[in-house]
Amino acid sequence: MKTWRCIICGFIYNEAEGIPSDGIPPGTRWEDVPADWECPDCGARKDDFEMVEI
Amino acid sequence: MTQSPPLIIIGSGLAGYTLAREFRKLDETTPLTIITRDDGGFYSKPMLSNALSKGKGAAQLVTSSADEMGDKLGATIMAHTEVNVIDTVQHSVSTSQGDIDYSSLVIACGAVPFRPPMAGDATDEVLSINNLADYARFRERLESARRIAIIGPGLIGCEFANDLINAGKRVAIIGPDPYPISTLLPVAVGRALKSALSAQGVAWHLGTTATAVNHNGTGYRITLDSGSEITADLVISAVGLRPSIALAEASGIDVNRGIVTNRLLETSANDVFALGDCAEVSGMNLFFVAPLMTGARALAQTLSGEQTAVEYPAMPVVIKTPTCPLVVSPPPRDVTGEWHYEGDAPNITARFTAADGVLLGFALSGDAVVQKQALTAVLPPVLR
Repeated sequence: MKTWRCIICGFIYNEAEGIPSDGIPPGTRWEDVPADWECPDCGARKDDFEMVEI
Repeated sequence: MTQSPPLIIIGSGLAGYTLAREFRKLDETTPLTIITRDDGGFYSKPMLSNALSKGKGAAQLVTSSADEMGDKLGATIMAHTEVNVIDTVQHSVSTSQGDIDYSSLVIACGAVPFRPPMAGDATDEVLSINNLADYARFRERLESARRIAIIGPGLIGCEFANDLINAGKRVAIIGPDPYPISTLLPVAVGRALKSALSAQGVAWHLGTTATAVNHNGTGYRITLDSGSEITADLVISAVGLRPSIALAEASGIDVNRGIVTNRLLETSANDVFALGDCAEVSGMNLFFVAPLMTGARALAQTLSGEQTAVEYPAMPVVIKTPTCPLVVSPPPRDVTGEWHYEGDAPNITARFTAADGVLLGFALSGDAVVQKQALTAVLPPVLR
């Protein structure tokens, strides 16, 4: 499982945790997050995220 | 072949670079020049107020240098360059590096921290932190500081307070407000934040203002109008922001609190637009990330030939106070209604509803923040 970071606000998306309150179950891989999904903290789009090494 | 003049963006902050990125998604060929008084590096602005406890210094917040941004965006980045004035008739800008013509111009020069007048011999050592250079200075001075005084109990002041507490500093917060973040939060939620930060050691000096800052040994002595004094090793001012309007004003472009624009982000001058913290869009100055992103996407469309008015959906603000997580979507200013509370501090759901029961705003604290999406979905848009 990988971790992604929003380059705008620093929000971390952790594939293992998902974002259940946003309709994204734990274990959802980044490529399976919908393309129109937006950063819950700042509204950046999926293509404004980058992968963070963990 | 003569190339037409470039699209010029003034400012390399989140507004300028987000617009450039969105524009390039739609138009890969029009020349683009970004003029900035900063070094042109791209960094995460929102992280300035939580980078300390994440162990990130100023340099680690920069994800791309000016050169890298120029390559990625196919843009000319003019760093360390001041724009003196815009000739809106000739379509050219006068800069410290010479005059440059534009086809369209976007002013995205942000906002500057408001500094209330204070007496004393150390007022010019009070730090405001609104860009990466400010942040680097802050981190340098923080190394020898243990006790930090923050003037301004608003959103930024409280975010910094939480970050400093988490990093093991002692924090005092000063301001006239009755409770923290009082311009955005309803009272019960503000008090929940206050209690949570108090429990971590934050000392509150509310209902009073700082009138003077003087040197006191290696630190400072702050005089409050309540008559008491507090001492600190470092003083931060986080009282609020004022849109940067000087350039627009000097260039004969209409300004009010911010640079006045319509929903197309057009200013009063032909082919000149304003975006982000400097802009007053349909009468609104919103110093948050979401409106800026929304505006950048609409303006990118407009600049590539498809006139697109800005529409603001409900845009809840996530406040980075991990000691007491907060999300707020304040009700519009001109509506009547009441706050209704559920739950006990720190886990409060506050709903602002009109007389007919329609939800117009909310504030969530603690565990209640999980309701953000559900409540946002039923809020009316901010601008449509």
